[in-house]
Amino acid sequence: MKRFFDDVKNYWTYTKYAAKSELKSEVANKHWGWLWWLLDPLLFMIVYSFVAAVVFKKSEQYLAAFIFIGLSCWNFFQNTLKNSVKVVSGNSSIVTKVYIPKYMLVVQEMLINGFKMLISLGFVAIMMVMYRVPLTYRVVYAIPLFLILFVVTFGLSTLALHGGVFIEDLANALNAFLRLLFYFSGVFYSLSKRVPNPYGQILLKCNPVAMIMDGLRSCVLYSSDPDFKWMLIWLCIGLAVSVFGVRTIYKNENTYVKVI
Amino acid sequence: MKDIAIKVENVKVRYRTVQKRSIKKNLFKLKKSDVEYFEALHGISFELEKGKVLGIVGKNGSGKSTLLKTIAGIFAPDEGTIDLFGNSVSILAIGTGFQKKLTGRENIMLSGILMGFSEEEVKKKMKEIIDFSELKEFIDKPVRTYSSGMYSKLAFSIAAILNTDIMLIDEVLSVGDAKFKKKSYKKVRELIKDENRTVVIVSHSSETVSKLCDTVLWIHEGDLRMIGPTDEVMPLYDEFMS
Repeated sequence: MKRFFDDVKNYWTYTKYAAKSELKSEVANKHWGWLWWLLDPLLFMIVYSFVAAVVFKKSEQYLAAFIFIGLSCWNFFQNTLKNSVKVVSGNSSIVTKVYIPKYMLVVQEMLINGFKMLISLGFVAIMMVMYRVPLTYRVVYAIPLFLILFVVTFGLSTLALHGGVFIEDLANALNAFLRLLFYFSGVFYSLSKRVPNPYGQILLKCNPVAMIMDGLRSCVLYSSDPDFKWMLIWLCIGLAVSVFGVRTIYKNENTYVKVI
Repeated sequence: MKDIAIKVENVKVRYRTVQKRSIKKNLFKLKKSDVEYFEALHGISFELEKGKVLGIVGKNGSGKSTLLKTIAGIFAPDEGTIDLFGNSVSILAIGTGFQKKLTGRENIMLSGILMGFSEEEVKKKMKEIIDFSELKEFIDKPVRTYSSGMYSKLAFSIAAILNTDIMLIDEVLSVGDAKFKKKSYKKVRELIKDENRTVVIVSHSSETVSKLCDTVLWIHEGDLRMIGPTDEVMPLYDEFMS
């Protein structure tokens, strides 16, 4: 554990600078630059609003903000996890020339996707003002919910990083799994209202992204408490997976350089 | 007593010979594939005094680059220890790693930070690196647009200007066009002459090693065959290779 915290401290400046440069290069290489970070979830929000409200006629209160919160969390989780599979081979020019703890490449992905999530959450705040959503002290519960999102995403991404080095079609399998998980996460509908019990509750509790999205909507939009018990459970699971993932990486990172 | 810059003790490095696997192909094969271990270094020990220039020689596949990368910290040894006594270390190798999407300037900063310099220290040396690299306005273009010569020039300039206490040089002593080659070779000689800098050179060229190094380490199939003054080791090595 000490080695982990020392390494994070030592490589933090590099990781932060690399993430910043990557974001800058994305802006420079795209015609509308950073606007895509906003347009992307916005356009999908319009599509999913149409599907939920017009096709299925099952709207939720503050639908646009409801979907946007879901999409912001989902995109962070999905993009970090997907990119982590290829992160070692994608950075082969670096990792074969200089030592860097490989999980810092996951942290770099989290910083990049976290920044994009921050921008789209800024848009959620604007929507909340437009909807005149009443704010309560429960908004602070968003902080531990985001913490759990980061821990769970980091833990799973370290495993994806390790697997991605040795399993050539992991990216394909993960894509299919994430597609399935997306529809089971209630990004554009309410799992508790639209899926009959006990299935709705099972999906909500067994899927950390669904639990986090639901918790965020509860405390930010609907002035109600998130599920504290399951927050604690997922925090513990996330920490355990992270410890396992980091240990796996430390144990095997010597071999990564040779495999790639 | 002279200062020791590098102390390598009984270093063993093993590679797991694992092939990439496929979920599709292995879906119904639950048996774990056999993992074989290949030991590239069988327990190397040596010490190098500060300011010395060490040449590592050996035939292909003897473990020279593995040893260099282990000293650089790219691999952790499976057994044994390497002590650099707090000295900063950098490796100069063909195709030194860059993030291709990023500009040359950003890559200078990233490489510098990874070499252990602070942002301010790299910023101070930025102009000197850019001038030495002769890249001019290309420095603000993404590295993916560079030719291989420009790429090598940038890599060399970073390692040469942001010089560390210990410099590890893998096969490359001069890069780029004829003019730059001359300039870079001169720069290497200048860096080597510095009494505070310890240099380790891996090279296949007996002439280069004889000219630049004061000590030679001969590795043969992962074992240390001989270490000593250049004029003692090189004649025996040359005889062996011929």
